[in-house]
Amino acid sequence: MASHGESIIREPLITGKDITYAQITNDVLRPVENTPTKAWWIGFTVASLGALLWVVAVSYTFWFGIGAWGLNKTVGWAWDITGFVWWVGIGHAGTLISAVLLLFRQNWRNSINRSAEAMTIFAVICAATYIVAHMGRPWMAVYSLPLPNQYGSLWVNFNSPLIWDVFAISTYFSVSLVFWYTGLLPDIASIRDRATGLRRRIYSIFSFGWTGSVKTWQRFETVSLILAGISTPLVLSVHTIVSMDFATSLEPGWHTTIFPPYFVAGAIFSGFAMVQTLLLVARKVLGLENYITMFHIESMNKIIILTGSIVGVAYITEFFIAWYSGVEYEQYAFINRATGPYWWAYWSMMSCNVISPQLFWFRKLRLSIPFSWFLSIIVNIGMWFERFVIIVTSLHRDYIPSSWAMFYPTWVEVSIFIGSIGVFFTLFLLFIRVLPSVAMAEVKLLLKGSSEQAKKKVLAHGHVDPAQAEFYIESLEKFDSVEMADYAKL
Amino acid sequence: MSSTKFILGLFEDPDEMLDGIHKLQQNSIPIYDVYTPMPIHGIEAKLGIKESRLGYAAFIFGCTGGTVAFSMLYYMLVWDWPHNIGGKPNFAIPDFVPITFEWTVLFTAFGMVLTFFYATHLFPGRAPRVMDFRATDDRFVIAIDARGNIPHEDITKLLNEAGAVEVKHNERKYVSYE
Repeated sequence: MASHGESIIREPLITGKDITYAQITNDVLRPVENTPTKAWWIGFTVASLGALLWVVAVSYTFWFGIGAWGLNKTVGWAWDITGFVWWVGIGHAGTLISAVLLLFRQNWRNSINRSAEAMTIFAVICAATYIVAHMGRPWMAVYSLPLPNQYGSLWVNFNSPLIWDVFAISTYFSVSLVFWYTGLLPDIASIRDRATGLRRRIYSIFSFGWTGSVKTWQRFETVSLILAGISTPLVLSVHTIVSMDFATSLEPGWHTTIFPPYFVAGAIFSGFAMVQTLLLVARKVLGLENYITMFHIESMNKIIILTGSIVGVAYITEFFIAWYSGVEYEQYAFINRATGPYWWAYWSMMSCNVISPQLFWFRKLRLSIPFSWFLSIIVNIGMWFERFVIIVTSLHRDYIPSSWAMFYPTWVEVSIFIGSIGVFFTLFLLFIRVLPSVAMAEVKLLLKGSSEQAKKKVLAHGHVDPAQAEFYIESLEKFDSVEMADYAKL
Repeated sequence: MSSTKFILGLFEDPDEMLDGIHKLQQNSIPIYDVYTPMPIHGIEAKLGIKESRLGYAAFIFGCTGGTVAFSMLYYMLVWDWPHNIGGKPNFAIPDFVPITFEWTVLFTAFGMVLTFFYATHLFPGRAPRVMDFRATDDRFVIAIDARGNIPHEDITKLLNEAGAVEVKHNERKYVSYE
């Protein structure tokens, strides 16, 4: 087994005493096998009211056309594409956790990948609804596909990044779904084999007849590894193509080569923030403190500092290059961002994305759950402003001053945005009720080598370098799920 | 002749199960299959299971996807209806790269996963052929075909020696059928 003989100085990935394989199944399936709690019902009610608002606002848009939005002839893209890019970006963390961290053999991903991938799928659904909604006439969406038609056939313009985006987003969504569902099969089988009656029949259909035989597992592991291998460049390509929607245009403020890496870093940044927003609550409410530990939270906070800093460097580089290029339109676009009528959006973005994540350099803040949650919300807000700044402030003052305009959203756009958050949370809350929110089979892999109890056994046996043992015990102090008293005598 | 069809050794520890496999193999008792709640590394080699060829399948599907996408783009933009877009070349290979890449990934993922499902007989609604319900929870199960493998007591003893928490003599192959 891969995890055997792991060094003592690594932090445990599963904490708690007397954790057995059965205990893992019981803990993870508790929300699935029991009636929902009051907290779930409250959350679900609020979220589905939000989803209802989305239905109303989108229906209104389709009925009256996108004239119901606050767009004008200067600012032709605003909250719609802001929301689209925001949601797609959020989705990227799920793939990063499930694919990139698998390739790098980061075992701590095992307990958070399932819910992060679910988050990816729901976020991409929200993003896709924006694409359809911003067409105004959604039934025209088929024209983005290269289908034979009575005009010749007149094919779509494959030189356009907007068409690349259709292919990128649809591939990303379907490949993520396949990756997620394949990983779910063994866990759905676990639910099936514990259930009775109708529940067993339903989960039996969705388990595809999984048994867990040797050959099945062997193929499963091959499939997971290859899917991770192809999802890694896929996730990078998707946000690269999203950034090209802007970068290949001749708009000052958009036409920059830094966009692809800058967008990808921003996507991972916002995605990890959303993972934190969801999991910090979920671990408490679902009682998963032993599986999603302080180590996981700290690791994610470290990724937030890293990607936040990359984004910060990108902002400054962009500004510098605008000046250095000597192009006055480019220079104006950036000066206007920071000091023009949308200065507040620019400085909200700067303070939320660049300054605030730097607070995570303080260990105390990085290990504080309320602060981490608060900061994850700040980052989500900041990343929304980033897209708003890029899109609206670049457009609102174009080459002809007579057509300069401001953008004011209507209630419809605001409702679609709030509603999309409702749709997202409705889907997520349904997910944690019917499917295991932690990949049980993968967490079970860690039990014998990387759990606290296994490491405690190693310590009790002696044969460990005392300096390393001391280092390990000190590293346990940050965990809120470890009884430090047990280590006093060791 | 006893009515036992399958002998199941249930272990609660994967290492003890590996020990059980080792003991059975030493005594030349063929193992039907092993069911575990999680993948156990190194077990395939021990049971003499060949390496999965899904990687080759994935590669072929990927090549197919890339070829299909590139040919489609060539047909539509160059052959069937070349447009004059500012006098720029119709066969603009850099513009073909993103979609060619996306479809390479798409075909690889779907082709490989569907091959996996087909080869392993996984599909929605398939009746699960479960030998022991706890094999997807916390038991590591070695299944031994009882017919021909006698005496059964010896097998039971071997499994117990290896640390099996329970040995079952099942009269039915699959417990999941009603």
